[in-house]
Amino acid sequence: MIAYNFNWAVIWRNWDAFMAALALGLGLAVVSLLIGTIIGLFLAYARLSPSPWISRPAWAYVEFIRNTPLLLLIFFVYFGLPEIGIYNLDKIQSFILTLSGYAAAYMCEVFRAGLASMPRAYGEAAKAIGLRPWQRQRYVVLPVMFRITLPAVSNNLISLFKDTSLAAAIAVPELTFTARQINANTYRVIECWLTASALYLVTAYAIAIALRQVEKRYAVVR
Amino acid sequence: MVLLSARDIHKKYDETEVLKGIDLDIEQGQVVALIGASGSGKTTFLRCINLLEEYHQGRIELEGESIGYSANGRRRKLGERQISAQRAKIGMVFQSFNLFPHMTAEANVMLGLTKVRGMSNAEAQERARHWLDRVGLADRRQHYPYQLSGGQQQRVAIARAVAMEPRLMLFDEVTSALDPELVAEVLAVMQDLAKSGMTMVVVSHEMLFVRDVATRVVFMDGGLVAQSGTPDEVLHNPQTERLRSFLGRFHGIFGPV
Repeated sequence: MIAYNFNWAVIWRNWDAFMAALALGLGLAVVSLLIGTIIGLFLAYARLSPSPWISRPAWAYVEFIRNTPLLLLIFFVYFGLPEIGIYNLDKIQSFILTLSGYAAAYMCEVFRAGLASMPRAYGEAAKAIGLRPWQRQRYVVLPVMFRITLPAVSNNLISLFKDTSLAAAIAVPELTFTARQINANTYRVIECWLTASALYLVTAYAIAIALRQVEKRYAVVR
Repeated sequence: MVLLSARDIHKKYDETEVLKGIDLDIEQGQVVALIGASGSGKTTFLRCINLLEEYHQGRIELEGESIGYSANGRRRKLGERQISAQRAKIGMVFQSFNLFPHMTAEANVMLGLTKVRGMSNAEAQERARHWLDRVGLADRRQHYPYQLSGGQQQRVAIARAVAMEPRLMLFDEVTSALDPELVAEVLAVMQDLAKSGMTMVVVSHEMLFVRDVATRVVFMDGGLVAQSGTPDEVLHNPQTERLRSFLGRFHGIFGPV
């Protein structure tokens, strides 16, 4: 067995780079989740629409995204858009566009299930006091639905955060890409990948704990 | 003065006709109890009054205004905005309370006041407090529905509906989901409302309440009004075998003397 001599000094020397990369990955996940939430909400209402002209395209979009590997979608957007004449996205914007569109499909399914599981009783009570249709959504259905779906949204955020590692494939300087760079420059293979893994793990776990507090605070007890 | 009039109300679910031509006039200040076996159509009729159910034929008028459907010409459903405005004049309390689970008792009562009645928060809060006091829940204003007993939740639901100052209140088996010891507190609130002159339509199996509080009892059977009159006439002088056997289920309290 060959002895491996750990040299963590390399990691400390590059600590700022690791942190910046981690922050970028986290930022990409949060921004994509926010955009994906908004688009996903529209998609969910579209999928529940009685008109097939609205529900079918939404359904097709969601199934296309969910059944295609994310890496392929990233390549498709990053390399494909310039081919059809869209040049003005840098790689970070291109990745956000992809991850948002990807998140939207998953959020759509979360919200669709949330809306479908909403007891009709709340909507009827809202009708009975004379709230108009959009008011019923705005003040009763959506707030309750968001609370019901909060655990699933948390899971999605954690998944998206881990998925940001795929941005390394188009050289977005997030954590995986940065770890690979430092590794290439220093040959400290295990230290680099251990550090990156630990940072993903700690951050994802911290998100989970933080969101569990949020869930407790806003839980809807029925 | 006739407050609500229903003429020839028919409703079908697919091929099954559940309302077969209900005619009913309700005077201002009356407390009308709808009684009848389950499946007789009383809850469905109640829900037609504020358009939680659509009906296929007939007309309902509140103070002369056609509810839910256009009054003249071809029968056409009104727009959502108009229907919402009409519903705001009719309060409803449900069997399962249906409080908004993400809001405190006070916020439940305030929502309609601010969003439908256009009150300021301060005004709405004052009125919500007034009504929560009136139903005996002054000390539960900041509680969420899950922190309240069934009876307390139902009293909040009544406060929420009454605070809108509706012309008419509908009660759909509001004590059926309650533990027996909680029924009285809800009935007491309803009795208090009835005394204050509120016009009420009550679907209920609480026959003692019906006898003591209703000014008029309507027995429904098979989607039709089978008998209607004062509590004495209906409860003690049933005209049909169906009503006799229905009343017989209440342990001989009612029926022919």
